[in-house]
Amino acid sequence: MTKKLYPVLGLLLATAVLLAACGGSPAPATGEAPVVEQPTAAPAEIIFTTPSGYGVTLEAVQSRGNLICGVNSQVPGFGYVDADGNFSGVDVDYCRALAAAIFGDATAVEFRPVTAAERFTALQSGEIDVLSRNTTWSTLRDTELGGNFVHTTFYDGQGLMVREDSGITDIAGLDGGTICVQTGTTTELNLADVFAAAGVSYTPAVFEDADGTFAAYAEGRCDAVTTDKSGLVSRRTVLADPDAHVILDVTMSKEPLGPMVRHGDDQWFDIAQWTVFALISAEEFGVTSANVDSMMTSSNPEVLRMLGAEGELGAALGLSADWAYNVISQVGNYEEVYNRSLGPDTPTYIPRGLNSLYTEGGLLYAPPFR
Amino acid sequence: MTANTTVKPPLAERPTLLGWLRKNLFNSWGNAILTVAAGWLTFVTLRGLLTWVFTEADWTVIQTNLRLILLGQYPIAEVWRIWVSMLLLAFLIGNSLSIWGKGKTSTRFTVGLMGLLFALAFVVSGPSRTWLLAMGAVLGAGWWLARGAGKAMRNVVGIGWVVWPPIFILLLRGFTPDEGFLPLVGTNLWGGLMLTFMLTIVGIVFSFPIGVLLALGRQSDLRIVRWFCITFIEVVRGVPLITILFMAQLMLPLFLPSGLTIDRVLRAMVGITLFSAAYLAENVRGGLQAIPKGQYEAAYALGLSNPLSMGLIILPQALRLIIPILVGQFIALFKDTALVAIVGLFDLVGIARTVLAQPAFLGTHREVYAFISLLYWVFSYAMSYVSIRLEDSLGVGKR
Repeated sequence: MTKKLYPVLGLLLATAVLLAACGGSPAPATGEAPVVEQPTAAPAEIIFTTPSGYGVTLEAVQSRGNLICGVNSQVPGFGYVDADGNFSGVDVDYCRALAAAIFGDATAVEFRPVTAAERFTALQSGEIDVLSRNTTWSTLRDTELGGNFVHTTFYDGQGLMVREDSGITDIAGLDGGTICVQTGTTTELNLADVFAAAGVSYTPAVFEDADGTFAAYAEGRCDAVTTDKSGLVSRRTVLADPDAHVILDVTMSKEPLGPMVRHGDDQWFDIAQWTVFALISAEEFGVTSANVDSMMTSSNPEVLRMLGAEGELGAALGLSADWAYNVISQVGNYEEVYNRSLGPDTPTYIPRGLNSLYTEGGLLYAPPFR
Repeated sequence: MTANTTVKPPLAERPTLLGWLRKNLFNSWGNAILTVAAGWLTFVTLRGLLTWVFTEADWTVIQTNLRLILLGQYPIAEVWRIWVSMLLLAFLIGNSLSIWGKGKTSTRFTVGLMGLLFALAFVVSGPSRTWLLAMGAVLGAGWWLARGAGKAMRNVVGIGWVVWPPIFILLLRGFTPDEGFLPLVGTNLWGGLMLTFMLTIVGIVFSFPIGVLLALGRQSDLRIVRWFCITFIEVVRGVPLITILFMAQLMLPLFLPSGLTIDRVLRAMVGITLFSAAYLAENVRGGLQAIPKGQYEAAYALGLSNPLSMGLIILPQALRLIIPILVGQFIALFKDTALVAIVGLFDLVGIARTVLAQPAFLGTHREVYAFISLLYWVFSYAMSYVSIRLEDSLGVGKR
């Protein structure tokens, strides 16, 4: 009798486990949809019914008292731990900016180093509030992987490195030259495309792995070497004489890197998005961490609206009026953030290139603060 | 005839350096060639290594990041807690050396350790120097106090070893959430050698009882218990540790209700413990099977119940037999913890990789990896030494 019960029990147990697993899947937070009052200029109060996820992230972050930010800990210039044990880098400073926007305190952030494999799971499961870890914006990541990319913070792309004494400054200068490239990668295909489009002829020297590619370049077997710019930077610093090599101001592929948030909470998406815009706009308007206090009485109304001296843009985001002021006074504008980790004074110098303001021929363009 | 009039062998057979060389290294053409080749290889390797270590390598990366490598991002203001735990540990080590060490070796070892600590104290600067000096003094005091100790002292020290790990962990973690006495230090700030130790200690302390229970369960007459143990052991042994860690870090959060998160370090600890327990269970089973049937029968004949005969007769003998295997497994566990670097924790290897990303120290792979290898070796060797001492004092292989 008891023997016959085992399979039945086993089946019951298995079903229970399955049910528990299904019930625990990261469905959007349940509970009735919160009805929030949207501040509007209209005299009649319009009440919007918002989707169930709206506002839950900000609420959770505020009740926890700090922001949990998924970062990389192994990319020079973008995310690493310095000798004092503090996280540094462009991606890391974005987390600080976001914390400053929410709490008015750039230190209210816990950095969670996540690996490439676990980053999307960590975001989906709510382990991190935002992912700021040199992640390339692509279709699948923006859809199936359950996240939304906010505005790009760094336009990476395939670059070219040459010896400084060669005097080469652009693709045309490499006509008839040899270029070291890793085989079987999109890098190799991009190289062929770009050079064909520019009508420049070259001889590719292909290698199996990145180490071999750069060793060959170091031995002088090629005139140039190509890979992603952020990669070129870290590789350049390990060459025998880093200063003898320059990274050309040429970008041959699209690698938009930016922060990513979970699907389902548009308020959180807006906050993450407008924090990037605040950094970019501040550079455009010349607002820096040094002069932000005097800018509170600026003659430019948009600056006043952004910094919260006029209007109620902060409330529209669910933040305090001085959110952008806090971001800029504590973290700085985009240029300050960029130069701190990737500027000319750092060993990881990358020319601004595409990451310049649109007014200077780059791609940084923030919508108006209105 | 007295003891000190020994008869010397004839001149031709007296051990001289040249004679020894001829007899052992150059006794045939083949051996001569082998000797020269091996000598040349050793010379070239050593010369390369030493030249690199002393002239080419730039050790500033280690100097600058020493605290990071040893303690991770643990807040500087709370580092005293680690030092206090280390003082306790030094005291325990001093006690143990004088109780279980052997005469002169024990003295030599203690003095050597103290010398090492004092020497380190002169290399470093700031408060670490005071702490290191204190550690050396406490070690010596512990050794001195436990000299000629009786059985009672032995038990106290034994209990000390059992109590130390939880004290260490509690001190590190703290109690109160924000301000006040011993504020909480989140596990996200644990790192470096300290995290490696922590994972190892927790792995050893918890996998041991679980492993023993699994081994006993595997031999149980209760079918469900036996099947559960067999399934657990075979499933866990059938997958690599890295997949278990990946499961714990990547899959587990998806199964948990949203909002509920389990500490990442805790997840790694559980993964490592369960993995180690499965292997340990099989080692213990080996020990159990090596006990002659007569021992079981003798225990029953004495009228001991099943748990008593296991606890008093069988297990003590079985565990004594497998000490070398267990220590081997624990050393392997110590090194296996390096895998958590792949799931984003800052253990010794993880922190080394982030040090390598510091713009000021790009391209210092060799220095950093050489240094952490040295750390791994020192502690693995210490474990091995302790194991040999333990075997000696328990008479493994002699009875």
